[in-house]
Amino acid sequence: MKKIKLLSLFVLSLLVLSACSSDDTPDPVLEEEVITTMTVTLTPNGGGTAITLKKQDLDGDGPNAPVLTVTGGDLAAGVTYTGSIELLNETESPAEDITEEVEELSDEHQFFFTVTGGLDVTTDYTNFDGDNNPLGTEFTLTAGAASSGTITFTLRHEPKKPNDGTLADAAGETDIDATFNIAVN
Amino acid sequence: MRIVLILLLASSMLSYSQDCTSILSGKVLDLHDGKPLSEALLIVAGTNITAETNSEGKFSIQGLCNRSYSIQVGHPSCLTKIFSVKINGNSTRNFKLEHHLEEFNEITVTGKAFNDKSKTLNNSRISRAEIERLSSGTLGDALNRISGVSSLNTGNAILKPLINGLHSSRVVIVNNGVRMQDQEWGAEHAPNIDINVADNITLIKGAGALQFGGDAIGGVIIAESAKAPVKDTIFGKTILSGLSNGQGGTLTTTFTKSTKEGLSFAVQGTLKRFGDFEAPDYILSNTGLFERNASVKIALNKFNYTLEAYYSIFKNEIGILRASHLGGAQDQVNAIGSDRPLIVNPFTYDIDAPKQDVTHHLARVKATKLFDGLGKLSFQYDFQANKRLEFDIRRGDDRDRASLDLKLMTHSVTLDLDSDLSDQMGLKVGVLGRFQDNTADPNTGVRRLIPDYTRYDLGIYSILDYQATDLLVLELGGRFDYSFLDVFKFYRTSLWEARNYDELFPEIVVEEFENQILTNPKLNYNNISATAGINYTINDTYNLLFNYSLASRAPNPSELFSEGLHHSASRIEIGDLRFTPEVGHKFGATFKKQGTRFNFSINPFVNFISDFVLIEPTEVQQTIRGNFQVWEYRQTDARLLGVDFDLSYELSDHFKIAHQTSLVKGYDRTLDRPLINMPPVETKNELIFTHKKMKNLRMALQSQYVFRQNEFPNNNFEVFIPELGRSEIVDVSTPPGAYHLLNFNSSIDFNVSNTSILTVGLGVNNILDTDYRNYLNRLRYYADDLGRNFLVSLKFNY
Repeated sequence: MKKIKLLSLFVLSLLVLSACSSDDTPDPVLEEEVITTMTVTLTPNGGGTAITLKKQDLDGDGPNAPVLTVTGGDLAAGVTYTGSIELLNETESPAEDITEEVEELSDEHQFFFTVTGGLDVTTDYTNFDGDNNPLGTEFTLTAGAASSGTITFTLRHEPKKPNDGTLADAAGETDIDATFNIAVN
Repeated sequence: MRIVLILLLASSMLSYSQDCTSILSGKVLDLHDGKPLSEALLIVAGTNITAETNSEGKFSIQGLCNRSYSIQVGHPSCLTKIFSVKINGNSTRNFKLEHHLEEFNEITVTGKAFNDKSKTLNNSRISRAEIERLSSGTLGDALNRISGVSSLNTGNAILKPLINGLHSSRVVIVNNGVRMQDQEWGAEHAPNIDINVADNITLIKGAGALQFGGDAIGGVIIAESAKAPVKDTIFGKTILSGLSNGQGGTLTTTFTKSTKEGLSFAVQGTLKRFGDFEAPDYILSNTGLFERNASVKIALNKFNYTLEAYYSIFKNEIGILRASHLGGAQDQVNAIGSDRPLIVNPFTYDIDAPKQDVTHHLARVKATKLFDGLGKLSFQYDFQANKRLEFDIRRGDDRDRASLDLKLMTHSVTLDLDSDLSDQMGLKVGVLGRFQDNTADPNTGVRRLIPDYTRYDLGIYSILDYQATDLLVLELGGRFDYSFLDVFKFYRTSLWEARNYDELFPEIVVEEFENQILTNPKLNYNNISATAGINYTINDTYNLLFNYSLASRAPNPSELFSEGLHHSASRIEIGDLRFTPEVGHKFGATFKKQGTRFNFSINPFVNFISDFVLIEPTEVQQTIRGNFQVWEYRQTDARLLGVDFDLSYELSDHFKIAHQTSLVKGYDRTLDRPLINMPPVETKNELIFTHKKMKNLRMALQSQYVFRQNEFPNNNFEVFIPELGRSEIVDVSTPPGAYHLLNFNSSIDFNVSNTSILTVGLGVNNILDTDYRNYLNRLRYYADDLGRNFLVSLKFNY
């Protein structure tokens, strides 16, 4: 008899347990921190067409590769450009401006500009964090002699600050990494 | 020694008159080392016949009829046990008792009535004394003491047991009779067990222990708490230990009250706190931990029935090495290329992101009853709630928000029957029902790593053991498990299409969002597992065991549904919805000698696993954050081959040497190359000095040599480094070199009063402060392992 009681208890508890499931579908997660788009605008001092360098990756860590676009042609030799960088999260609509967040937390961030391949270009930081260490969402870019190569924009989160200006010394995590082919004419 | 006389008068059978002249003779032996027990008392139930063993452990009982008897065997320092014996003419039979009480000195506590969990697989045990020495460590540290067991580590506090090369979902952990459901699929999820709740730990290197599940392709780990004695007593134990490395310690205490009516009450608690640990040359920043655990047990232990209620809570906050949290492959090149971690901060007890914060509740109620002619019937209901929070380095307002927030609730009911069909034949049968509900909180602002799901399991098993002759035991078992998973999973639209799921599984789409697709996969798995083995006693000291186990494991949620960036590994991980269960065939043999001075065991095995799930790199993916290596799960045919070897020899009354070597080779038979993360060959040698008369002094010097793993797949890849203007190889494959560690530990007992003992322990780990990196540590790319560590411990038994 006891056996039957125990068995029925067992079956009963299974039934109770299986009745617990719910049919509600879960909500999608809104990714708030994601940066999908970086736009670098280079405006020539003294007027002219601005050059934009854009990297857009709408599926984040998904399989689609980012799209790189350069508009406004080549850099002009001997011209200094005022540079500004805009960061967006376009998974939300309207798109969220991440630049503000990065500038608010300027002590935790820094942009690095890396020039390779013989490109004759120099950069200078024009905005800084509270400790007067560079931030780099605003900068100037001076084009030297005619040349071509790549320029890489790297945003590091929690780098060592101050650092010697190289990525290796700064460490931290890379939030943005964008390399553009560009020429000076 | 005193003799405890316990009379058992309940006899289930009528004695009828017949020719009663048979003699039963044999020995009473210690279950652990096979040593004879003298002055053990044997009482034949339902008669007034008693007998006592002599100095060689031998007994002889005369005047028995040809029928079945229940014989109670008692010994002053053992748990009394009842054996059923069928007499047919003059018979011989050896009885084994668990001889444990001496370890407690004057405190009479009975050890857990210990049964072999598998009769034809070697049951390796970790004793209470060993566990107490490792009080400030983890379950993984304790299991590392057993040959053939290593651990897959994430830093020094997250240890995932690795049995003969297999881990995570392939290792079943049973805590106080409850199969742990603690998100064990994750390679960086340590078992949520406080080692201090365990009185003993048993390890079975194979799937033969079918009562715990049929999917233990690697093995089964069983941790059991102490069983309270049936007598009026109150006793307790407190261990306080301090460690120089990490500048912290552990306080653990246990208190038990029991009555001779069988009622008992036990509480236990542990507090563990460490700051940053240190490698020989630098601080391992953000590796502190804070662990708080408690458990309570109320039990009624009667001769023919028991009732028990148990509850435990485990809460652990563990810092993950700060320098291991990286962005893309460029960061990886820097981190791997640097001799030192790229971030080293001053010592602190603070635990910041990246970190894990895990809480595990476990509750069970269990009732057993002995039925005449049927056996022992057990009913158990258990409930587990596992809450796992993982914090990544985040920006601004999200800084204190978890990136992963999972809640796993599990309810299980089991009904088991353990019966003796005859003197020679024992049968275990059981049925299991389980319901599980996983919820991933969407408020993390990070896409769910593991989706919401509900899971139903139904299992049924039967294990038969047959004592064919006095020397030969046969074991045969089978198990069937049915699992049903009802999942709600969001896929990135781009991945859904890239993997062709839009054509393969259009029917599971529930709703399409802007860049995500909600799907509702419903998955069914039918798994069959089996075991067959023999245990042949060659003579008093030699034993030969052979076992074949068939194990089947349904793919886990991580293998099925992973999709996204894994920060601590700096890689994108992708699962596959189409996976089928993996099936392991393991053949294992054990040849062992248990002599008085010289013991050894040699344990070769081969494990063929079809549809073995592994993760490996497939490509490099570009994202706005840079390039990441993509690791995809895939199924292959694997073969693991190895041998574990143990030896110990008592040089004299005081000196003993112990040796262990284990070797495993894992091979991917589909791709014809070695498997990743296989433990390198390891050999341990220990010299132990003990002296009972010198206050139980014990000193042990241990040498551990770990060879370099020379067999590994090459998963290196190239990444463009803008600063250099060229590509660099990211070496994520090459194992670190061999290393040798020396450890020392010692203890001495002081009698504080008649009923209390103070044990003082002193030890040093990594005496030579050797710099080393462990191939099986996932953070080996970024930092050295632990440096020298002094340990002091005070244990107070009262």
